[in-house]
Amino acid sequence: MSLYMGPWPFGLFFGMTAPTLQETIHLDEAGLVQALQRGDEAVFSAVMDWYAGSLLRLAMAYVPSRAVAEEVVQETWMGVLEGLGRFEGRSSFKTWLFRILTNRAKTRGTRERRYEPLGLAGQDSDGEEGPSLEDSLFVTEGSGKGHWIDPPQGWEPDTPERALLSKECRTAIEEAIQGLPGNQRQVITLRDVEGASSEEICNILDISETNQRVLLHRARTKVRHVLEPYVRGGNM
Amino acid sequence: MDRNFKQQLMAYMAGNFTCKEIAGLVTDYLEGSLTVPKRLRFQMHLGLCFACRNYLSQMKYTVTTLRQLPSEPIPPQIKSELLRRFQAWKKGQSS
Repeated sequence: MSLYMGPWPFGLFFGMTAPTLQETIHLDEAGLVQALQRGDEAVFSAVMDWYAGSLLRLAMAYVPSRAVAEEVVQETWMGVLEGLGRFEGRSSFKTWLFRILTNRAKTRGTRERRYEPLGLAGQDSDGEEGPSLEDSLFVTEGSGKGHWIDPPQGWEPDTPERALLSKECRTAIEEAIQGLPGNQRQVITLRDVEGASSEEICNILDISETNQRVLLHRARTKVRHVLEPYVRGGNM
Repeated sequence: MDRNFKQQLMAYMAGNFTCKEIAGLVTDYLEGSLTVPKRLRFQMHLGLCFACRNYLSQMKYTVTTLRQLPSEPIPPQIKSELLRRFQAWKKGQSS
């Protein structure tokens, strides 16, 4: 690592190495877009690999099946090619890319739903009718009102990696995410699974920060509930 | 400061949030969006309540676990198709 921050060919003097593709994707937005506009295939391929998982996951939050989600991802990259020449960097490349995806996925989601009116009815609603999961954890009346019915225990001190080793647990979490209402699924996918910032999410999904946190909270509460039986302390 | 007053203040601030309210604020707390007074009251409650401390760490655990879900690679046939399109696009650009 060198402290020299200038253009890299001159940095060779200072022990600086050429930026790797990963560095280009993350640190050098302008360079990335220029490389794509120039038609650099290696960069295009690396960018596709890098965002493949995120795009697929996010697409799954809109459309009913994996096959359709894959098509949406494909359409997204074609959309990138259509718009690349005109891309001016007013938003970050990542935000732009994800916005293309959400637009295509929304169109696709609506179309698919028209053919399957029963399957995904109410997908756009919050899906929060009646008492929430969180309410059911607390005493509702009497002197103990607002206290835990069953006070949370410490989960096993192992790292989450250990929990994920169990395939069963992973499947349960994936299913829990798929079972969430559409907008909660989109937010938790972007924020927790993909690690996007809340500012990025507001731009990508066009929602307010408050709304985003409410959706995130509901989604996390449900996933925690699903995770619980797999990681509850060894004293059970 | 009068010791009695201090105790009363502690009890007031900590007792101000019920466990249920704490559970409802966990995400705002983790996302760093609580106001400073609310944050203090939140932490004050945590200091006194073992169950809520556990709940908070369970939520953190959940977030870490979600972050570790493996992501799947792009299917090879789609990728090669897209690379083909990219080449076509490049030709179209240069001509």
